Order: sequence, then C-alpha cells, then structure tokens
Amino acid sequence: MDSKVDQGVRYSKTHEWVRVEGGEAVIGISDYAQNKLCDIVFVELTAVGREMKVGAACMVIESVKAAEEVFAPVTGTVTARNEALVKTPELVNSDPFGKGWLVRVKLASPSEVNALMDAAAYTSFIATL
Amino acid sequence: MPEPLLFEKSRPGRAGVSIPACDVPQTPVPATLRRAALDLPEVSEVDVVRHYLRLAHLNYCVDEGLYPLGSCTMKYNPKVNEAAARLPGFARLHPLQDPSTAQGAMRLLFELQGMISEIGGFDAVSLQPSAGAHGELTGILIMRAWHASRGDARRTRILVPDSAHGTNPASTTMAGLEVVEIPSDARGNVDLMHLRAQLDERTAGLMLTNPNTLGLFDENLLAITHLVHEAGGLVYGDGANFNAILGVAKPGLMGIDVMHFNLHKTFSTPHGGGGPGSGAVGVVKALADFLPGPVVSHAGKDAGAGYAWSTPGRSVGRVKSFHGNFGVLVRAYTYIRMLGPDGLREVAENAVLNANYLQARLKDTYPVPHGDRTCMHEFVAQGRIAGAPDVRALDVSKRLIDYGFHPPTNYFPLIVHEALMIEPTETENRETLDRFVEAMQSIAREAAAEPALLHDAPHASPVRRLDEVKAARELKLTAEKAAGR
Amino acid sequence: MSFIPNTDSDRAAMLEAVGKPSVADLFHDVPASHRFPKLDLPPALSEQEVLVELDTLARANADCGALPCFLGAGAYRHFIPSVVDYVISRSEFATAYTPYQPEISQGTLQAIFEYQSMIARLTGMEVSNASHYDGATSTAEAVIMALNVAQGQRRRVVLSAGLHPHYREVVRTYTQGMDLQIIGDDEDTGPLELASRCDSATACVVVQSPDFFGRIIAPAVLTELAKKVHACGALLVAAVNPVSLGVLAPPGEAGVDVAVGEGQALGNAMSFGGPYLGFFAFRREHVRKSSGRIAGETVDGAGRRGFVFTLSTREQHIRREKATSNICTNQSLNALAAAAYLAALGPRGLAQVAELCWHKAHYAAGKIGAVPGFRAEKAEFFHEFTVSCPIAPAEINRRLFETHGIIGGYDLSADYPAEKFPARKNQMLFCCTEVNTRAEIDRLASALAEVSHA
Repeated sequence: MDSKVDQGVRYSKTHEWVRVEGGEAVIGISDYAQNKLCDIVFVELTAVGREMKVGAACMVIESVKAAEEVFAPVTGTVTARNEALVKTPELVNSDPFGKGWLVRVKLASPSEVNALMDAAAYTSFIATL
Repeated sequence: MPEPLLFEKSRPGRAGVSIPACDVPQTPVPATLRRAALDLPEVSEVDVVRHYLRLAHLNYCVDEGLYPLGSCTMKYNPKVNEAAARLPGFARLHPLQDPSTAQGAMRLLFELQGMISEIGGFDAVSLQPSAGAHGELTGILIMRAWHASRGDARRTRILVPDSAHGTNPASTTMAGLEVVEIPSDARGNVDLMHLRAQLDERTAGLMLTNPNTLGLFDENLLAITHLVHEAGGLVYGDGANFNAILGVAKPGLMGIDVMHFNLHKTFSTPHGGGGPGSGAVGVVKALADFLPGPVVSHAGKDAGAGYAWSTPGRSVGRVKSFHGNFGVLVRAYTYIRMLGPDGLREVAENAVLNANYLQARLKDTYPVPHGDRTCMHEFVAQGRIAGAPDVRALDVSKRLIDYGFHPPTNYFPLIVHEALMIEPTETENRETLDRFVEAMQSIAREAAAEPALLHDAPHASPVRRLDEVKAARELKLTAEKAAGR
Repeated sequence: MSFIPNTDSDRAAMLEAVGKPSVADLFHDVPASHRFPKLDLPPALSEQEVLVELDTLARANADCGALPCFLGAGAYRHFIPSVVDYVISRSEFATAYTPYQPEISQGTLQAIFEYQSMIARLTGMEVSNASHYDGATSTAEAVIMALNVAQGQRRRVVLSAGLHPHYREVVRTYTQGMDLQIIGDDEDTGPLELASRCDSATACVVVQSPDFFGRIIAPAVLTELAKKVHACGALLVAAVNPVSLGVLAPPGEAGVDVAVGEGQALGNAMSFGGPYLGFFAFRREHVRKSSGRIAGETVDGAGRRGFVFTLSTREQHIRREKATSNICTNQSLNALAAAAYLAALGPRGLAQVAELCWHKAHYAAGKIGAVPGFRAEKAEFFHEFTVSCPIAPAEINRRLFETHGIIGGYDLSADYPAEKFPARKNQMLFCCTEVNTRAEIDRLASALAEVSHA
C-alpha cells in the first residue's frame, strides 16, 4: 500500500512531520504512521504552554491494539492543540497532513528543521522499511 | 437473540430474596447519613435464574470443549475440587478466627506450602499472592529486598527476554526497577551473547519463563542461571508454563531462586472467566526471610502449639489482605493429593506428547518457526497459509469458532508474526486432537479457495465480529439510566 | 487419577506420528542430571479417599456458620441466597477463560458489564472496573492511579489511621519501589485534620468509611474533606463497605474521586480469607489512568448489541512496562457472585439487609455497654463498633469459645499493641450482621458478664 507523502513538510525518522509557518511549526504524524496504527481511538496531546524537547516522547496515539509514542521532531513550546481530535481522533487516519494535525509549537531553534528529511528523502526511507 | 440487561428487565416492586423480619428494637438511622435512592435492578428470583442461564448459553467453556490457548493451560477442572472448597468447615471460616479454631485449614495450607516446595525444588512458599502477576510483583520485590539487605543499591535492572508475557515488564516497573530486553536466538533460546553483554553490577536479576512462550525448553538453562548468579543477580521463574515439567524437573534445583506458580493453570483450579486464581511463590533458602507474611508455621510434632501464623523476619510486606485465595488453594491441594507423585509426572508427559502430536500433524499446513525442535506443552505456529496471502492469524482463529473450538492464543509471543500459540493440555483425548487438526486443515483449504469464509468469521457464534474500535471511541462502560432516574 | 483420558494405546499411536520411541525422549532438552526427580509426596488418592481427608481437615475447624460469631474487621458473615451459588456453579461461567474472544464469551462480558454498572450505581461513581484482587490491593491500585493522574509529579500519599491495617500495609508493599512518602496514619486524627497534611506534593488522601474501628464519616464531613483535598490538587480515595451502601450515602455524592473496598460481603463466602473481590470505581475523566479490565458496550457486524473488553492499551499485554498495572487474572467469578447477589436482593433487599445489620449492631452495643466493665465507643457506626473491655480480649474470647461456644469480636491488640497505642488497650471490635439473632446477642451479653472477671 503506497503511503501519501506530503511535499510541503519535513519528516523525522519516527514518522512525525513538521510544517513551518513563520516562527512556529505545526506537527503531525505521516500517512505511513497512521496506516500502521489502523483505527485510531484516542490521542493524548501535550498541554498548551508545555515544552517539548527534540527526540523525547511527548504524546501518545492509541488504536485498539497498540499505543504508539509520538517523539518531538523539534524543540519548542506548545501554543495550540487540535481540540477536534478529542471527539474525532479518526481525523488522524483520514487526513493526517491536514485536519489530523496534532499541535502547534513556537520553535526554540528553527535550524533543527534542517536536520529533518524532505519529502523525497522520506519517500526513499519508508521504501526501505 | 441478545439477552437484555438486568436493568432493562427491572420492574418496580419486584424482589428476589425474602429477608427475615427484625428481631431487635430498632435504632433510627440518622437522615443525614442516609442515601436518597439506590438504582439497582428489581427482579424476581426466576428472572435472575433465567437471565444468568441465558447468558451462560452464550459462553464457550472448558466443560464444553477444547481451549488450545498457549500458556493458559486450560485443562479440565475436576468437580471434586468444587465439593472440597464448598465444605462448610472451609467455606464458612473467618480469616481472623483464633488459630486454635482453624487448625484443619491451617494444616491444609501448611501441607500445601510443603507440597509446592517439594514439587518446585524450593525451600519456602507463600500462598498469599492472588494471581501470577501478583506473584511476579512479589518475587521482584523479594529480589530487590535481598539486594538491599546486602547493601547493594546499584542493582536496578531486570533482564526480560523478548518472548516474555506482558506482565513481566509491567511487574518490574511496579517494583521500581528498569526493564532491559534480551533477544532470543535462532533456535528460540535466550541469546547468550546478548545476555552476557547485559549482565553487570546493575543487574538485579533475570525473569525467565521456562519452557518459554515459544513452547521450548531453553537448551542453555543451567548456563543461563549460572551466568546470572556469577554476575551477582538472581533468577526469577515465571511458572505459567510449569505444566510441561511438572514432576519432570524442579526449577529450584536448576538455578531458579524465586518462582510463581499459577494454580489456576497447572493445578486445575477453574479459570472463572478471568479469576480468581492464585500465584503461590516459592523461594530458595536465602530468600525465605523475605516472603510476604503471614505464612503457616508449625512448631514441631512435640510442641503443643500446632499450626500458627508467622511473618518472615525481613518480609517485603503483605501483598493482600488476610492469607491468600484459600478457596482456590483448597482446590489445588485436592488435585495434588489425588494425583500423587506419579500422577503429577504423567500430567507433564501427556501434555508434552499431546502438543508434539499436534505440532507434527500441523506443521506441514501452518509454518512452525521452531518445528525442528521438540516442543514442550505448547508450540507456536503462524497464521500464514500458502496460496492465501490476505489471510491472517485473526481470520484462522475466528473461523475455528465455527468448527466448535476456542481459538489458540493470538499474536503472542510478539517475536513471531501472526502467532498462533497452541497448548492442548493433557486432559484432551486423541479424538479431540484429531478433530482439531482436521478443522485447522479444512480452514487452510478454505483460506485458499474461499477466503471470505474466514474474513467474515465467525458465522455460527451468538454474535458476529464485534466492533472494538467503536467500543474504544464511544466508551459506554455502564448501563444507561432510564429516563427520570 | 489424573484426569488424563489417553491410554497407552493412544500414546503409542501418537508417539509414532511424532517419530519418537518413548515419552521420556520428548524431554531431551531437560538437563539429564535433573530429569525425572523423585517427588516426596503422599501417594495418589481416589476421589472417595481424598474427600475423607478433606472432610477431616474441614471438621477440625470451628464453623463460623454454625456458631454465634461476632467477628468482622474486613471479612463479614452475611447470608448468601442459594441462587448465587447456582449461578457461579454453572460450567459456562466457572470453567470459561477470560473473554478475549468476545464472540463466544458474551455471557461473561455482559455479566461483567452489569457488575460494573451495579458497582457504579452503588458507590455513586461514574465508572467501575471488572475487579481487583481484594479491598487492600484495590486501595493500592487507587494510590497508583492517583500518582498517574499527577503524571508522576507528586510523590506524597496521605493515609488515614482509620484505614484497615492490611490495606495500609499493602499500599506500602506495592509502592516500596516507587520512592514515595506515605504519611498520616501515625495518628488517629479525624478526616478533616487529615486534610491539613495535604499539600502540593500530595497525590491522594485515602480514608475509609465506616473505618476499621467501625466509625462512619458523615457525608457532610466527607464532602468538606473532598473540597480541601481538591483545593490541594490531590485526589480523594475512599474505601467503603458495599452492604452499608444499601442505606448510607454513597461516596460519589460527596465528591470522592476513587471508591474502593472489599466486595466479599456481596454474595461471597468468607472462605478463610479468599478468594475475595476488590471493587474499584472512579471518575470517568480519569479512566485512561485506571487499572484493571473494563468491559464496554458495542455492536457486532449485524448491528446487534454486544460487549468487549476495552481500553486495553492501559493494560500489560499491550503497554507492557508502561501499563497502568501488571494485573491480568482478577476475581471475575467473585464479581459474578456479587452481581447475582445484588440482582437477587435488589435495592430494597440490600437496604433491608443493611438496616438489619444496623439495628442488631446497635442493639448489641447497648447490651454489651450495659455489662459492668465494658464500654462501647461513642461514634456513629454501621455494624461494627469498638468496645473497651475490663480484661484482655484474648482471654475473654478464649473463655467465650471454650465455655459458651461463641466466637467473640476481633482483638485489636493484634494490630494496635497497648505499648504503642495506649488508648486502644483491651479493646475489641464487635460486628453484627443480619445473621446474628437477638437470642445470640443476648447470650453474648450474659456470657460477657460471666467471663469478664479477672
């Protein structure tokens, strides 16, 4: 099954994506990741105002049979969370790059984004898995 | 037809049981303490009986047929056990009655402590833990306490094989220790190279299930326990698979320092739909002082005192109120007394033969990753069928229900893809085993010819496949209240 | 007799299929020096013989069901209607496995769902789990849940001295590896004074009502305590007596966050201490931090209502070292007994049983208090009350049993030795339930008068 790879974002090795918008970044998980999880039933989002450190586990996404950690792709402070996921966690399945976004953070060090993979590199990466 | 909830059958004014009139002068209950209303079902006794009988009809059970559930040991539950546990002189005892008025019960516990010690090769036993996981927590706390008693504060890690049951790492975390995973090697044994690499002064111990969840007796068992001891650690034995070596080997003599036994697996007490169980813990002499208390002690034949409660000097503390699941312990005691030493050994012999028989007859139809080895009381096959790439373990399992069998354990151990862990136990006869093989072979043929039969299975059960996603998203965890209540 | 159906002939045929000459050859992986050890156990018995042995052991005990008995202290003698044993004796419930294959386990799952619903309504809480091992471990799991709700940031736990000694000990055993500070039970302060020991490092405060000494915490006091505890950002855990809730206000109404307790009194035999039933009910907002199995409602492929275990991602088989608890096997058949008991009694039956306990215990307290040298503690109680005795309770109980065939109350010196707890010197805890008759209580009072001389 071919995963969709959004061209406008950068990817971590643990399948999170980052879309930079000014000094802030929107974070989500990729189509590949949501596919592996199957039906998502619950998303535990970081609270607004909390800090996340790049590489550290910061959120959890649950399906019926698994609970996968989301690792912070960048360091920053959470400025907004996708409250729609409380009632409709399946948005992460249906629209992982759009309506299924997780949080928005104020970037502590914007250059971290450069260490992430671009769409082409990520496409090659998931082909090897 | 779905059976309504008791709440839906409730009608105001109906009652099941007659209560005696009050024979003493009444003391008013202050209004400030009273509850306003109690919203429980109002039904008659005949409603209660019919309700639960109809619910019973929706259940499969071991009294009906085979449960080839790996690592669960769903053997037959002897009815004599039920008679024993219900004897009024057992069932009506209060746990806190003076020991002088409970010498029969205490003697049973004392003898059971001794019998489990003897069977496992241990020096002391606590009958207090209520379940295997409870025993695991107890055992790891004992290991931790032992290291602390020697002034060694560095030992914070427990090594756990990747084939381990989820309770192993969960118990380790509850005890405040860190889990370090050890992979298995190509033959299904604990990988010695990786084990050696992880053994150091931070190792509190190793948790070992042997035979493991692949159904294999570790070919390097003595080397493993020796290595752990040499590194200053202890070995915990998870006894879930003890049915394979009952009377065949004594773990306590092979380097296991502390081990739990699942009495509701190996020792025939009924599973009850999820308990009660009992997770008795056996230890070698060095750890006896750390067991949870109280245990039953005896001052000796000549002392007048008889059986008494005593708490080991450096006990990790009680893990439960009172003494343990006595009703379950009576059943295990009855079983051991009926079987005797030869009967216990025959259990393992027949359990292992039955499993090898199934492995031999199924491994050409379903891949068995370690099928070249002799399995113990269980083996792991894969729900993968030639010519049916879309069929998975889940589908095979659900289709087995239509053939009148409970499915095997699914998707465990995690180290085998599409795992089907099959354990027949010794209480199944050859015809049942043959019918199971025929069903599995038939399902394999259906998988290739008519996969929809599997994907949509079960067809013949009281309900079809249930929507677990809906259950997790909507979380309806209690019955809805009727309007106005 | 080992319940093994296969004969030598069956085994021979099977060995042939396996390709091994003998059964012993199947154990070649067991180290030779350890293979087939001697088991020094008594020889096998037939069913007839084993029942004689067991009967002998059973008769060597004083049957609390056949004698006047006034013991409580965490395990209670109640009448169990015959229909309860009928239900739990059904093979389909007793010999069924955990309902991991829900399509053929709807009996167990619906029964559990109904049990959860009954416990939730009885305690006034929003959600209940499918059971823990007993009241003590349920309390320990509630403490761990509070730690999880505080995301590990709060390391202090306040326990009331009124909490059953076994429960307090089990909380300490369970949490000994968690680097916690457990305080509060060194002094027998009232519940509101306990709130003063609550601060921003406190994860929870644990009280019991009626407490170990029988004393009820009034709803107004519990409500006030809940407010104070919540103001600190902590959770309030209350251990309660389920039969008392037939008549007393439930903890949920007072703002308690987790209600736990011993469910043995609901349809389960005393059975010398187990198997019992830990009930565990809590606020829905904390459900993801709760432990133990939980049944939930859903539908099947044909749109029919059905039940499954849900929220499994909290549990050990999925979450492993990050699970909210290690619990797997729990007390399912005991929970079924409790549900059948509650179904048989109904709300009015349970209220009647609770009221009988109340009236008989209060009558007994009056009669005992009138015996010279005996003083019943003044506090609102349900069915247990503390009595100060003129001589050591152990001696009183010995004489009561040997001379009068009465099993007396619980000697508190076992848990509260006089050297450390002078206020509890020579105190005994008496319990009366609906099973104690007026005649028995009168006999107890007159017997106490006789046996209480030095």
